[in-house]
Amino acid sequence: MISMKRQTKGEFAFEIMNGILMLAICFITLYPIWYVVVNAFNDANDAMRGGIYWWPREFSLESFKAVFNSKGIMTAMGVTVAKTVLGVLVHVLFTSMVAYAFSREELYGRKLYMIIGTITMFFGGGLIPTYLLIRNLHLLDNFMVYIIPAAFSFFDLIIFMSFFREIPAGLEEAAKIDGANDFKIFLRVIIPVSMPVVATIALFHGVYQWNDYFTGMIYINNPNLQPIQTFLYRVVAQSSSNQMISAMPTGVSKNITSQSLKLATMIVTTAPIVVVYPFLQKYFVKGFMIGSIKG
Amino acid sequence: MKASSQITMESNSPNARREGWKPIFRKIYRQRYLQVMALLGIAWMIVFNYIPMYGIIIAFKEYDIISTISEAPWVGLDHFKEFLQDDALIEVIRNTLGISLIKLIVGFPLPIIFALLLNEVRSVFFKKSVQTITYLPHFLSWVVLGGILATWLSDVGVINKILLAMNVIDAPISYLAEAKYFWTIIIASDIWKELGWSAIIYLAAISGVSPELYEAATIDGAGRFQKILNITLPSIMGTISILFILAVGGVLNSNFDQILVLRNQLNASASNVIDIYVYQTGLNEGRYSYSTAVGLLKNVIALTLLIGANSVTKKLNNTSLF
Repeated sequence: MISMKRQTKGEFAFEIMNGILMLAICFITLYPIWYVVVNAFNDANDAMRGGIYWWPREFSLESFKAVFNSKGIMTAMGVTVAKTVLGVLVHVLFTSMVAYAFSREELYGRKLYMIIGTITMFFGGGLIPTYLLIRNLHLLDNFMVYIIPAAFSFFDLIIFMSFFREIPAGLEEAAKIDGANDFKIFLRVIIPVSMPVVATIALFHGVYQWNDYFTGMIYINNPNLQPIQTFLYRVVAQSSSNQMISAMPTGVSKNITSQSLKLATMIVTTAPIVVVYPFLQKYFVKGFMIGSIKG
Repeated sequence: MKASSQITMESNSPNARREGWKPIFRKIYRQRYLQVMALLGIAWMIVFNYIPMYGIIIAFKEYDIISTISEAPWVGLDHFKEFLQDDALIEVIRNTLGISLIKLIVGFPLPIIFALLLNEVRSVFFKKSVQTITYLPHFLSWVVLGGILATWLSDVGVINKILLAMNVIDAPISYLAEAKYFWTIIIASDIWKELGWSAIIYLAAISGVSPELYEAATIDGAGRFQKILNITLPSIMGTISILFILAVGGVLNSNFDQILVLRNQLNASASNVIDIYVYQTGLNEGRYSYSTAVGLLKNVIALTLLIGANSVTKKLNNTSLF
């Protein structure tokens, strides 16, 4: 309030320039995405002429219809949804459970356990030793390769721990007097009061699961177990339009091109995350603060 | 009930005769649920972190897919020597360090500046909206972003259309098919994707600065820029240091997901970074031992850099990671 009165001309000019800069950043952020959206909603053959910048010239939903009618794309979408839902559930429950045990001061061997974990943050086996492990565990071409090797993260454990430490001990004491064991306390007392951190980690891991293409690319050969991002990787990076054309449902191919199908698939793939994250924003900002204080 | 099971457990253990162990076992038994919960995590880390660490020994062996790790013959440092004499070495180092250093110089300060400027926006609604919008690209996968870039940078893409219209170029350029544009694409797209997201942590740190400091400075007659420079920036210096340590430690980590999507045969001379080289030699060419050796060398150097950066910032401004 005081500074309002004291605002000089220079500061006013700064404020205007700053506002314009922020708007420019927003435009640069959104426009490349918008461009893809309007082109995907345009008739595919017409879009090939180019020049669609702000709004579809010949509005068409054909490409999206083709995406939803393609068995290959829908199977891959199904894999992505399944791995994200199950992956998040397992990762959040397992990591938070270990984190709760690690956060209890009286845990015998706690110091050693923390050292074992901390080392994993700074050093790892690398690509090939990990690949050999996955092969020896018979996780190649196995849906569980998306879930089990991603079930735990020591970094996320630290974020959980710093949240759990803030929970008043009285809550646990009351449950203990009622005769609940530590696992029950974790499940019935700790998890329900830890929703902000659970939401944060769930979002982070959900985004990882949803967007990860590498796991599906190196560990999976069976096309029915391939997630949508791996499918798109093959289309985008290896420009395998064959893959796209083979995914096209028969009968509608006239009105779509592999390019329009690619753009529509990209949008269908991304839309769920874009819809979800603004609602979780207040949680992950908080989660970040916890992580930054005790990271 | 509880007491009796405690006794049986203790008498079954080999050390039960020694008095000193009794209280420990009793303590562990009392927290058996906690111990099981903790040990499941330890077991996971042993399998998925420590077994691959043990697997690193194939870097010193001649491992092939048919034999087991222990059967493979030892070859000492042969794979390391081979890498150091390989023609690809110079290219790989140049690309890795080149991309990382430009990212560090350009990409590291930008989120800090963005956070400082965004913090000066008065309207809460506008500020929140800018945040929500600039977080968006973080949630796109590199595959989708690769698709967007391919659309923008193609022969008939927007960039070519604009430059042609402005007479900057007279024939369309396939940007992704030429090595000389690769670094620019990589760095610009990385900044585009992560600018807003990387600023979160600084915004969080800024929001923790006590308002009294600003009030006191206002009374002393400090202007806006003076407050930014003398209060806000010093207050978030700790956060900046920690992130700088991490950035230096990660200087050998190229953004693998990003480069794997955007690289191709035509831009290989600019896109071949260590991580890609490890992937290429290991999984595509099946040179498991060699690839592991290169990866190990990289990890050791990265760890050294991290420790080095940590001790430097510790001396300079007393903040450190460990």
